[in-house]
Amino acid sequence: MTQLIEVSMVVNGERRSALAEPRHSLAHFLRDKLRLTGTHLGCEHGSCGACTVLVEGRSVRACLMFAVQAQDANITTIEGIAQGDELSDLQRAFQRNHALQCGFCTPGQIMAATELLADNPDPSPDQVRHAMSGNICRCTGYVPIIDAILEVAAGRRESAAQQVAE
Amino acid sequence: MKPAKFDYVAPESLDEAIALLAANPDDAQIIAGGQSLTPMLNFRMAGAALLIDINRIVGLSGIRLGDDGAVHIGATTRHRDVELSPLVARHLPLVHAAMPYVAHVAVRNRGTIGGSLCLAEPSAEWPALCIACEAEIVLASPRGRRRVTAEEFPLAPYTTSREEDEILEEVIFPAWPANRRFGFEEVSRRAGDFAIIGIASVLDLGTDRRINAARIVAFGLGDRALLLDAPSAALLGRVPEEAAVAAAIACADEGLEFDSDFHASAAYRRRLVQRLVGRTLRAALGIKTEQDG
Amino acid sequence: MNHDPVDPNASPLGQPIERREDVRFLTGKGLYTDDIQLDGMVHAVVLRSPMAHARILSVDTDEARRMPGVVDVIAFADIADTAQPIPVRLAQLPGRFKEYSQMPLAGDKVRYVGEPIAVVVASSAYEAEDAAELIAVEFEELPAVVTFADARRDETLLHEDLGSNISTNYTVGRGDIDAAFRDAAYTRKERFRTGRHSGVPLETRSLIADWNPDTERMRIWGVNKVPFAVRDMVARMLRMEPEHIDMLASDVGGGFGVRGEFYPEDFLIPFLARRLGRPVKWIEDRREHLMATAHGREMECEIEIAVDADQMITGLRASVTVNLGAYVRPNAGVAPAKCGQALPGPFRIPHYQCEITTVQTNKTPAASYRGPGRYESAFFRERIIDLAAADLGLDPAEFRLKNLITAAEQPYDIGSLVPYLGPDSYDTGDYRSTLNCVLEKIDYDRIKALRGRKIDGRYHGIGMCCFVASAGGGPGEHVLIEVEGPGKVHLYIGSSGAGQGYETSMAQILAHELGIGFDDIVVHHGGTAKLPYGYGSWHSRSTVMAGNAITNAARTLIDQMIELTADRAGLGSQALEYRAGAVYPRGKDTPLATLDSLAEQIGADEVRTVLAAPGLYETNELTYTYGAQVAHVAVDADTGKVEVIRFVTSEDVGRVINPLTTHGQSIGGTVQGMGPAFLDEFVYDSSGQLLTGSFADYLVPVATDFPVVESITLTEYPSARNPLGVKGAAEGGIGAPGGCLGNAVGDALRPLGIVVRELPMTPSRIAALLEEAGC
Repeated sequence: MTQLIEVSMVVNGERRSALAEPRHSLAHFLRDKLRLTGTHLGCEHGSCGACTVLVEGRSVRACLMFAVQAQDANITTIEGIAQGDELSDLQRAFQRNHALQCGFCTPGQIMAATELLADNPDPSPDQVRHAMSGNICRCTGYVPIIDAILEVAAGRRESAAQQVAE
Repeated sequence: MKPAKFDYVAPESLDEAIALLAANPDDAQIIAGGQSLTPMLNFRMAGAALLIDINRIVGLSGIRLGDDGAVHIGATTRHRDVELSPLVARHLPLVHAAMPYVAHVAVRNRGTIGGSLCLAEPSAEWPALCIACEAEIVLASPRGRRRVTAEEFPLAPYTTSREEDEILEEVIFPAWPANRRFGFEEVSRRAGDFAIIGIASVLDLGTDRRINAARIVAFGLGDRALLLDAPSAALLGRVPEEAAVAAAIACADEGLEFDSDFHASAAYRRRLVQRLVGRTLRAALGIKTEQDG
Repeated sequence: MNHDPVDPNASPLGQPIERREDVRFLTGKGLYTDDIQLDGMVHAVVLRSPMAHARILSVDTDEARRMPGVVDVIAFADIADTAQPIPVRLAQLPGRFKEYSQMPLAGDKVRYVGEPIAVVVASSAYEAEDAAELIAVEFEELPAVVTFADARRDETLLHEDLGSNISTNYTVGRGDIDAAFRDAAYTRKERFRTGRHSGVPLETRSLIADWNPDTERMRIWGVNKVPFAVRDMVARMLRMEPEHIDMLASDVGGGFGVRGEFYPEDFLIPFLARRLGRPVKWIEDRREHLMATAHGREMECEIEIAVDADQMITGLRASVTVNLGAYVRPNAGVAPAKCGQALPGPFRIPHYQCEITTVQTNKTPAASYRGPGRYESAFFRERIIDLAAADLGLDPAEFRLKNLITAAEQPYDIGSLVPYLGPDSYDTGDYRSTLNCVLEKIDYDRIKALRGRKIDGRYHGIGMCCFVASAGGGPGEHVLIEVEGPGKVHLYIGSSGAGQGYETSMAQILAHELGIGFDDIVVHHGGTAKLPYGYGSWHSRSTVMAGNAITNAARTLIDQMIELTADRAGLGSQALEYRAGAVYPRGKDTPLATLDSLAEQIGADEVRTVLAAPGLYETNELTYTYGAQVAHVAVDADTGKVEVIRFVTSEDVGRVINPLTTHGQSIGGTVQGMGPAFLDEFVYDSSGQLLTGSFADYLVPVATDFPVVESITLTEYPSARNPLGVKGAAEGGIGAPGGCLGNAVGDALRPLGIVVRELPMTPSRIAALLEEAGC
């Protein structure tokens, strides 16, 4: 008998539930049960970062976590980053810097960078490269991805400084 | 790359987890961070009829400082929590320095100290760090608790002295003395990859300005993380200068056997042990070598 | 990279316009094949050979069939009546080359780890994998042919009926090679090797086939690169009319030449969809990808250089052997053939000869991967040039500048170097310009003092590499412009993108040609609807071929608008002229009609057929981009690890459509090519087992590996071979990094007497060279 478990979690601020087998990965659950297909599967063994989502604000490989383990967790996926039709500053910077080509790794890159900038508002280029080293991109050569993240960090610091000044 | 079927249970107490493990002696697997077990399940290189998820056990996770200055790290404490812990940075600087070498951020966010030690991957950092720090591992079972030294814990690749009904509860790192120096270095193909060879060196300087304790630990050897007796002993009683380092390098690979794989030949691993022993000791002792040509 | 800001009042052509496709990718709204769910869809999993070389004695699927959720299981016997060997589509090389082809499922024998043996279809991929484990295959193991030497011995044959593991052997050349070596003042002979690696796109291959029994039509998603060609092959095997198969576009997670050629699954999944009468999805997993999607680049080369007393290269003689793996894939001949063509590169080498041999081994079949034959040939050529320069006491840059082809020598006749193509010539360019450009950028005159020096435990070296890369590729390309209404123009192109940004760049070309708003144009690519044919995306051809077809289609549309306006105004069409989206009486300022007004007048019902302009651009002439790269590296004397301190690449692409995407392709291609200099390699053991079957062992570059890569794009020499003057830009960066970095590491270690002969330069291999040198 296959064990089926009612799995419920808050995804992008919304409570979502579905039945899952214990062996269903969080990535499978998000993609196939909740139809949030922005989370991509590039390797299914935790090495490429394409499936990165935030669980309680922390980046996690959604291929290395079972959906049942995310019971009642707060999940953020790529679908929860833009405010309506308005791209976030990070998404805009990726577009401006041409930090994506085929787009397949992009959701994972955005999630990893989101956590990085929350943890460290003023990262050095080397810190950005290390923080992003778990996310494979085959198209861009990474240079524009690193540039985009540094640009956002600088922009946020500047606007924070302005707010203080005001 | 979809795992075979298994049942799943997430106990909320350690006693409950121990009972579940005892009740399913042959076909249950403990899952903590799952950063090594899950890939093996996905590749169907590992299987389990029942996964016992210990992530929901309150009290199994966390870092605390004991009255005796020892640092206690709970089994399900994430690598990332150790990395970011000010307490670890202050009281276990070697561990703090080594954490960024453990895989990548997203893996460190899930992976746990207990999981890494129980996996006993020969190229992983944690077993070596625990040996270098003379940590003790606390195992809980229906028979109660017992302590195993970090050195005795890993036996072979993916094999430890943990009995089948035991669950790793916490790791205790004895107080880090003020006169202790360390060096840590590893060579991997890329950032975050398993080490080809890594060396953690810990030296205690006596009041006579001589080295009165030394523990040089290598990982990435074929079998398990290993305390290198010969170079550690070669440092004892010496003045912390280049001559001491040279003496340690000279016998760094004594008695060691090296394996070849497609990432690295045995000869390369031997070279790295020698060179990294030198580099970590110099880093520990603040010796700078001028090599401008 | 800072580009000039976009000028909204100028033509969009040549401007760094941000990509319109980015928004959906950045918000998770891209639609890749695995994102598509159809009603009643079932999931296929391929059972692959665990053995490199074995006879199949039996395949028992009974137990698998009884598993829950299983819908069907097929093995060779089930397709024997239908399937045909997968044909060689391109690059027919001499001899029995094309007979080394693969059946979609293995019959009596398996010849590589990963060869498909059976397919399970179940209601989920999980259940299909459960069942696949229960298929019992009985093998009789045969000795594995793994290395070049194994193959050449011909003791064990992969294809017994063909009598040899050597699938082709031919020689090309120009001039009088024997005379060149007889008269040479200096010669040197070396052997080099490039490692087996591939494109490894982040999205694995994926397919959905949906058979409609009522209309007897098939819809297929997931085939990219050459969808029309694959459609025709599927039709032939399934005995259908090609027009009854619709290849549908989806977003594609990287191609790099390895995706979208005809693979076994391209037959198996449509076959199953028809057999079952329901949609079947197959998503390759990463382990499968590494053993099933085409490999490339595994070559050995013996090369000899002849230089005269004036330090001019007079001759190059080479013998290249290519390990093609178990079968000849549809485009497997391209890399060997292009290696033979590209080996002399951008240098003036009057006498040249190259013997090409391909061997079949028990490894994954190899085929085209981005820059086929050029990556390998650049390493072979540029290494021997560096060694010659050192022997002759010359600066490597100076030696190259002396021997590079100049603008005055163009078009430079290269002779007939590809057996299935005629004689050819380079088109335009001063090949010294890009080398001078990168040398200046890296401040070569200053940093060359570091060459071979050991500083703080690291040996410093500077390497360079020049290249010329053919692009374009006939026979032609189709496009279609359809006006839907005011402010809405559809552009269909026969090319099929995998992340290149066609939705933006092709709209820039059309907006420029018609003088209308960029935002009014919607680009469609990758499907077989709407166009009579499309030749796909390969060989950096889309900007050249589709781009110029857009120019032609735009002219047709303009003619249509003039004719219509003339009719309505009762004027002769000669009295009218077209400017920027409007038709004017010749020389007047007030338009008689605009594209929008015409669309409105014709009305929504008819406008798509009335204002519909097909465009075809036909040529078999190739364009040739050229460039140079320079690297500064430091080699750790203890660990053999190499840091690339600085890397500069430059390419003259003739004309740039969008500097943002051109720059991105250049940097991205360069880094993809830097990987296999140090990291990427498919490793096999002596029994033919693939040891690098996961991303933990098959190592692609990550963000920390090559942080400093700079690219400079030049447009000094547009191609004279097409109206737009474009040359193609997708493969320039990737061709040269192996040669450039091989030379840089070789330069650093030269004082130790070390010669770099092999890629990838893993730390273990570099350390072995250091040990040999007593360091």
